[in-house]
Amino acid sequence: MMTPNYILKTTNLQKNFSGIIAAEDINISVKEGEIIGIIGANGAGKTVFVNMITGYLKPSSGKIEFSGKDITGIQPRDATHIGVCRSFQVSQVFMTMTVKQNLMVAMSLAKKSGSQLLLPLDDENLSKECDKILDLYKIKKQSNLIVSTLSQGMRKLLDIAMAVVGNPKVLLLDEPTSGVSVEEKFGIMDIVISALKKTGTTVLFVEHDMEIVERYVDRVIAFYQGQIICDDTPKKALKDKKVIQYVLGS
Amino acid sequence: MFKGILKDQSVQLSIGFVLILLIFGSFILPEWMSNNFMYGLSRGLAVLGLMILWRTNLVSFGHALYYGFGAYAVAMCQKYFGITDIFLRFFIAVAAAGLLGFALGFILRKYREIFFAMLSLAFSMVLYGLLAKAEFLGSTDGMSISPSSIFGYELGRFGLFYFISFFVICAIIFAQAYLRSSLGHLTTAISDNEIRVEYLGYSVEKAIHIKYVISACLAGGAGGLMAASLGQVDPDSMVLWSVSGELVFVTIMSGLGNILAPFMGAVLFEFIRTYAFELAPQAWQMIIGGTLLGIIFFSPGGLWSLFQKFNILRKKNDDT
Repeated sequence: MMTPNYILKTTNLQKNFSGIIAAEDINISVKEGEIIGIIGANGAGKTVFVNMITGYLKPSSGKIEFSGKDITGIQPRDATHIGVCRSFQVSQVFMTMTVKQNLMVAMSLAKKSGSQLLLPLDDENLSKECDKILDLYKIKKQSNLIVSTLSQGMRKLLDIAMAVVGNPKVLLLDEPTSGVSVEEKFGIMDIVISALKKTGTTVLFVEHDMEIVERYVDRVIAFYQGQIICDDTPKKALKDKKVIQYVLGS
Repeated sequence: MFKGILKDQSVQLSIGFVLILLIFGSFILPEWMSNNFMYGLSRGLAVLGLMILWRTNLVSFGHALYYGFGAYAVAMCQKYFGITDIFLRFFIAVAAAGLLGFALGFILRKYREIFFAMLSLAFSMVLYGLLAKAEFLGSTDGMSISPSSIFGYELGRFGLFYFISFFVICAIIFAQAYLRSSLGHLTTAISDNEIRVEYLGYSVEKAIHIKYVISACLAGGAGGLMAASLGQVDPDSMVLWSVSGELVFVTIMSGLGNILAPFMGAVLFEFIRTYAFELAPQAWQMIIGGTLLGIIFFSPGGLWSLFQKFNILRKKNDDT
């Protein structure tokens, strides 16, 4: 059997909510190691697309393949197990726990071994490993702070770090810089993208900020009213007439 | 799992507390007080079980189901197999409640908030109904329990007190080892954010199920020890909804901050109830209710939160 030359592929993917079409005929193929920006106005179907890939929503029809295997309608935790992880538009972290506890819970679960789960959370080896990741994501100084006291930017970084510790093959980031201050956004993306490039992780991220898109992605997929209107390099895509009309709005 | 557990401050405090009760109850204080210690420590196990669930925002209004099931398991094993050994009694009570918790957990793990609470209550009322009607289990009169033994030797009151203390210490060590593990930390994680736990690759339902079985085992063990202490089991004092209410009451009174809290709360509850009976035999529930109101109004975090506040104040004073 031939190995597919893509890591993620969707075929005629569709999602309806009580007759309203949120996504229609979504056909994309993603190569391993690609960094893709997903753009579109609010309600264009970007998050619905991410939610379908990661199992949060079940597609109404169509097919999702991961490394040649059909994963349509997969459970979120099973998506994580096979290597499809995600972060969220609104950071999904454990608010009453410290930064380090958040990451250590994520790391213990990522080990996928029952015995690891029974070890104390403050296990020395795990703690050292955790410190390295906190350092990589520049949140080591905040490691003992309760998450609810952190800025949005820090929470976003933690959210992404928690998704990354499972060593995903494909990582979907839903608006990684939303709610983050202008001063913080490039810093965050520099940290995240450089860490992910080192591991060769395929990244798809939803983004409204075109500066971010231009700077970090290899390819842009633009959505409008649940359909893909453009799939090209950032240079070409951001000059595309439809993208200018329906996404950039000028 | 148990690595360094005896160095854990909460475990050390809890063991210290149990040993103090044991020493004072055995050598210094009158028998009625040592009885209260014994009942309090036994009931504290069930409260510890509720506390573990509560930390995930799951409140069971029917935990007397397991408390009573453990107690009746002890009674039935005595009736049908003549088992009076305290170790066997305890393990039978724990295992019976654990098995029931495992079976019902498949249903309960799907529910949250009031639905979880009321479904637990419904199951406990089903058991109450069955026990009250089952003549072979003594129906509403219940069954008497003969004194416990160890290797064929009958245990006296104090012997039983020592073994109850031993089982409580074992349970404290196990519960703290669980709570400080990654699996135990999922307790807080689930109450904070279920979606994130799923996306980290772990089944929330599975984590709740494990927690529920642990909680059931603790409540069953509590029922078994209480049956051995009281020498009697009956549906009204073991399974009725008011017993579940008492367990919830003690959990609120204790607070969720530390594994020692359930035992302190449960012992205090025994004394409040004893004095309430003494002061107002016809209206003792009013005193219990008043105590609960006082806690909710003035210390909603329970007894343990008072210690926490005291510690914060002390640190502030030390700093200044």
